[in-house]
Amino acid sequence: MALSEATDAGRAGPTKKPTRLFKNMASKIAAVPMVFTALVIFVGGTVWTIVYSFTSSGLLPRLKWVGLDQYERLWNSRKWLVSIENLAIYGICSLILTLVIGFTLAALLDRKVRGEGALRTIFLYPFALSFIVTGLIWQWILNPDLGLQSVVRGMGWESFTFDPLNNASLVMFGLLIAGLWQGTGLIMCIMLAGLRGIDEDIWKAARVDGIGTVKTYIRVIIPMMRPVFVTSLVLIGSGIVKLYDLVVAQTSGGPGLSSQVPAMYVMTSMFGGQNLGQGFAASTMMLVSVVIILVPWAILEFGGKKRG
Amino acid sequence: MKLTTKLMAFSAIVSASSASAVELEVMHWWTSGGEAAAVTKFAEAWDATGNTWVDGAIAGGGDTARPIMVSRIIGGDPPAAFQFNHGRQAEELIEAGLLLDLTDVAEAEGWAEIVNPSNLLDACTVDGRIYCAPVNIHSWQWMWLSNGAYEKAGIPVPQSWTEFAATAGDLEAAGITPLAMGGQSWQQNGAFDVMSAALVGIDSWLAVNRDKNADVVLGADYARVFEAFGAARELSAGLNVQDWNQATAAVINDTAGAQIMGDWAQGEFALAGEIAGEDYSCLPGLGEIAVLSTGGDAFYFPVVDDAEITAAQKELAALFLSPPVQVSFNSAKGSLPIRGDVDLTTVNECTQKGLDLLAAGDLLPDVNALLSPDTKTQLNDLMTEFWNTPSMTPAEVQSAYADIIADAD
Repeated sequence: MALSEATDAGRAGPTKKPTRLFKNMASKIAAVPMVFTALVIFVGGTVWTIVYSFTSSGLLPRLKWVGLDQYERLWNSRKWLVSIENLAIYGICSLILTLVIGFTLAALLDRKVRGEGALRTIFLYPFALSFIVTGLIWQWILNPDLGLQSVVRGMGWESFTFDPLNNASLVMFGLLIAGLWQGTGLIMCIMLAGLRGIDEDIWKAARVDGIGTVKTYIRVIIPMMRPVFVTSLVLIGSGIVKLYDLVVAQTSGGPGLSSQVPAMYVMTSMFGGQNLGQGFAASTMMLVSVVIILVPWAILEFGGKKRG
Repeated sequence: MKLTTKLMAFSAIVSASSASAVELEVMHWWTSGGEAAAVTKFAEAWDATGNTWVDGAIAGGGDTARPIMVSRIIGGDPPAAFQFNHGRQAEELIEAGLLLDLTDVAEAEGWAEIVNPSNLLDACTVDGRIYCAPVNIHSWQWMWLSNGAYEKAGIPVPQSWTEFAATAGDLEAAGITPLAMGGQSWQQNGAFDVMSAALVGIDSWLAVNRDKNADVVLGADYARVFEAFGAARELSAGLNVQDWNQATAAVINDTAGAQIMGDWAQGEFALAGEIAGEDYSCLPGLGEIAVLSTGGDAFYFPVVDDAEITAAQKELAALFLSPPVQVSFNSAKGSLPIRGDVDLTTVNECTQKGLDLLAAGDLLPDVNALLSPDTKTQLNDLMTEFWNTPSMTPAEVQSAYADIIADAD
């Protein structure tokens, strides 16, 4: 009796903290490599990059401080400004269109159409291709001498002109077409899974109340699919920020500078121009812009989780 | 099981027999048909010495290959030798002490006497020490013209840029794009570079590119070049190609009149079975001021901590410059040999023009030897923007160009 009391007291007393630390020991040990990777590779690498963005590093990193010179040059560079503008156009259009098209396709498939499996595969298939392959395919399709334009002209419509990749003001939309073709299938599948997770009874209740199908989707189903939308947003968003290989394969930044994107600016200054400092400054600015958008949103989304 | 033992025995024999020879891994970006054939000449010559050539080809051109090579060198796993364009690309690697000093080889082989033009060796020299083995000469300063296109338009093939610009309207009237230009920025900046050397002369060109004199850029001579380049923008309208060889193909097919491109373009004409002087013409220095820029490729050798490999690296460096290897390699690649005392096996009219200029000493240093990659990237960006933005005036681009030159290191 006395013994067990002592143990109880011991458990409640000073050993309380260690117990929490050592709870689920196995899973904590299993997480160590990932935690280590995250700290050393991601955080460590990020800090290293930021530190070296204040130096005049050329081909090799070296600690020769130049203050904010690299940033000054960056923001005076027309190529960088064009890159940001292009990414904004691509990002906004891609975000909205991917969500709208993805959800619409998913909702249509959800109406129990015949051959759903086949259609789903067809829509998802482009996602299995890399951006490089996607870019090359669309470069050929949009090539006026080989692709769409020549096919339509061959059918008799001689004056038909569709040549976005060689037109500075349309080139970003040429990239957008390829990006959407590649990416919407995945979002559609995620949405479809979300739709399948909605209880049949909701639909029955809506039908009893006499609410139309479209209205049910917009007013009832979409608000219920909030987590699915958040997942999709994160996927689409990360795809936008790292947009690089598609541009390289499709236009390599041209015509002129009109389809440059920030990631490409980083790559050309680091490896083409052998100017690591400038590349680091550009990638730090990319990080800053992501943080500015992401942090308030993450606090809003996950910070107030207490509401249950 | 039996097969495995056999294989093991076989590999044991192979490794035993090659134990005395040294394996050297050589990295380069020569992957097109003619280029690969040329590399084989090196490999054969090296294997014939009893050593082994391990080929480390990287597809995708220099901009793809250089970062891979540099990361391997910095990462402590260097290849035995690697190709760069000599000039300032390897500057920092040399300063960091990562590349082998070849001065003793150069002295033993007498490179200072045999390398012609001598500025090729200067491009390999840092603080009086020699760090690379130049293997060939490539020149940017050429314009290639389609004889067929001019025949179709019913006018004689122009003999200079001035004549070309004056007769461009006749070509357009015959449905031919006068000037073929690829969409990549290095092609546009390269063409501008050729035009500036040809139109303002060697002294002003050197003042800008070597002495970084921004005032010369702002002068009236250079203003003429920017005007001419601005006017040339309209001459290429209607031909949308990206790669340089696609632009060359337009000249070969007689759908375009001319292209400003380096002498590597001649490989495309040869591949298409065209004959210099009959099917196409060439104008060094755009027919205005005939000069040859002396760019090219060179091999660098990273420092390794193994005396046997170091000795083999030096042996390979000497082999690259030996007369038979120079002849077989450059004949396959279509470039000019770096030594004046050898004869190529096949020389056509255009190569002969190049050799004559080389012999006469009408030469320019390569722009890669004068400008840092950083400056070159900035100029590429500027000139491609100018080429593709019709609303940008020559005066605007002139002042932006002067700013970059003023900031150049």
